[in-house]
Amino acid sequence: MALSQADVLAGIKEIVEEVAGIPAASIELGKNFTDDLEVDSLSMVEVIVACEERFGVKIPDEKVTELATVGDAVNFIVNAAA
Amino acid sequence: MSARRVVVTGLGATTPLGADVASTWKALLAGQSGVRTLTEEWREQLPVHFAARVALEPAEQMERVEMRRLDRSEQFALVASREAWADAGSPDEIDKERLGVVIASGIGGVITLLDQFVNLNEKGARGVSPHTVPMLMPNGPAANVGLELKAKAGVHTPVSACASGAEAIGYAFEMIRNNRADIIVTGGVEAAIHQLPMAGFAAMKALSTRNEAPQKASRPYDLDRDGFVLGEGGGVLILEEYESAKARGAKIYCEVAGQGLTSDGYHIAAPDPDGEGVQRAIKFALTAAGLSTKDIVHLNAHATSTPAGDIAEANALRKALGADADHVAVSATKSMTGHLLGGAGAIESVFIVKALQERLAPPTINIENLDPAVTIDVVRDIPRQLPSGDIAALNDSFGFGGHNVVLAFKSI
Repeated sequence: MALSQADVLAGIKEIVEEVAGIPAASIELGKNFTDDLEVDSLSMVEVIVACEERFGVKIPDEKVTELATVGDAVNFIVNAAA
Repeated sequence: MSARRVVVTGLGATTPLGADVASTWKALLAGQSGVRTLTEEWREQLPVHFAARVALEPAEQMERVEMRRLDRSEQFALVASREAWADAGSPDEIDKERLGVVIASGIGGVITLLDQFVNLNEKGARGVSPHTVPMLMPNGPAANVGLELKAKAGVHTPVSACASGAEAIGYAFEMIRNNRADIIVTGGVEAAIHQLPMAGFAAMKALSTRNEAPQKASRPYDLDRDGFVLGEGGGVLILEEYESAKARGAKIYCEVAGQGLTSDGYHIAAPDPDGEGVQRAIKFALTAAGLSTKDIVHLNAHATSTPAGDIAEANALRKALGADADHVAVSATKSMTGHLLGGAGAIESVFIVKALQERLAPPTINIENLDPAVTIDVVRDIPRQLPSGDIAALNDSFGFGGHNVVLAFKSI
């Protein structure tokens, strides 16, 4: 099923707020998970697993390191679900 | 250089009797029980349907996101440490290389371990939280407190079952005496109210099964005692080198004067009926503290309410203290808090510090028929006034494995 960029962004905002306690309002496409949002490595694993469950996609471990920003994750998930 | 002295400058606790030291102490003096019938359905699997849960859930005291990365034992450690640190005047300006943490747990993050095993079976390996290992490791409570305060003198976790909390305080005491640190956050926590550890203790016949009257179940020294009641929570003390505490104008409760450590070499779980190891630990603690049996006016006993343990301890106390046992007010506070395992020696040390401060020995409840084999002076039902002037008190704690720890405190 195709997912829109807006749907995925909204879902990631909810997940990151739940996992890392970062207010959804401060989560934007250009934000870097580590440097801007201070999501640590363990919490990033939780974010990835939650995204897989929510969007029904597989995010291989070797891809995770390439997902530096929220936008990177949104694009990967939209393409993987297409 | 004269020996470095160690004093208590802060206290914190989260217990079945209260969310902090003040509310816990008040309930303790009032002789209240923190034991309740469990609300969880799994209790029906067990021969024991009750325990002593903390009076205030950590969820009421911490942020949700912080909580989800912490085992319940780690939550208790942070709650009690924050109170103790604030009580010590939040000395954030101290050199972090002189700040240490020694917080024990008897079992560690056992609830996390068991919950994540359920996740593994239901969802597969990817369903296991990446926080699992930092949450289940027994040094997790100490490590999280150390991280929060940025302690760099050393973070440690002695493990000796139900003696762990007392052993932690003794370790912290030595760290300051040996000039490894000037201030230590120390104590013990436990969060093991779960069907598996309870089934394990029940299989040993260690737990009371007085399901019809849970608040009467923990009854140390009573003729009809039938086992201990599992409790949860923790206690934390701030220990500080005397001269540096004075220099920063800290409030000083009392002195930690000495400790005695021995092992039984007898049995993995049963107490040595002669209590020879306990007697030696008391002698070592008194010698280390420069005290004699004449100085001791109060003792917070291990007294868990098991048939064999209470008598072995009472006999050992009588032998070690001799005729001076006649002026030692013995309190068995597990009659109210239940048994916090690795947290027990810590909350009981908090109680001793309060007893020395307020000159009141807390009561022991539920003694309807004192076991005639008990020849020590047990404080029953209502608190007892302690003498004025220079006084000293002992805490003894024992653990499966044959561990004996005695801590000596004195007024200052």
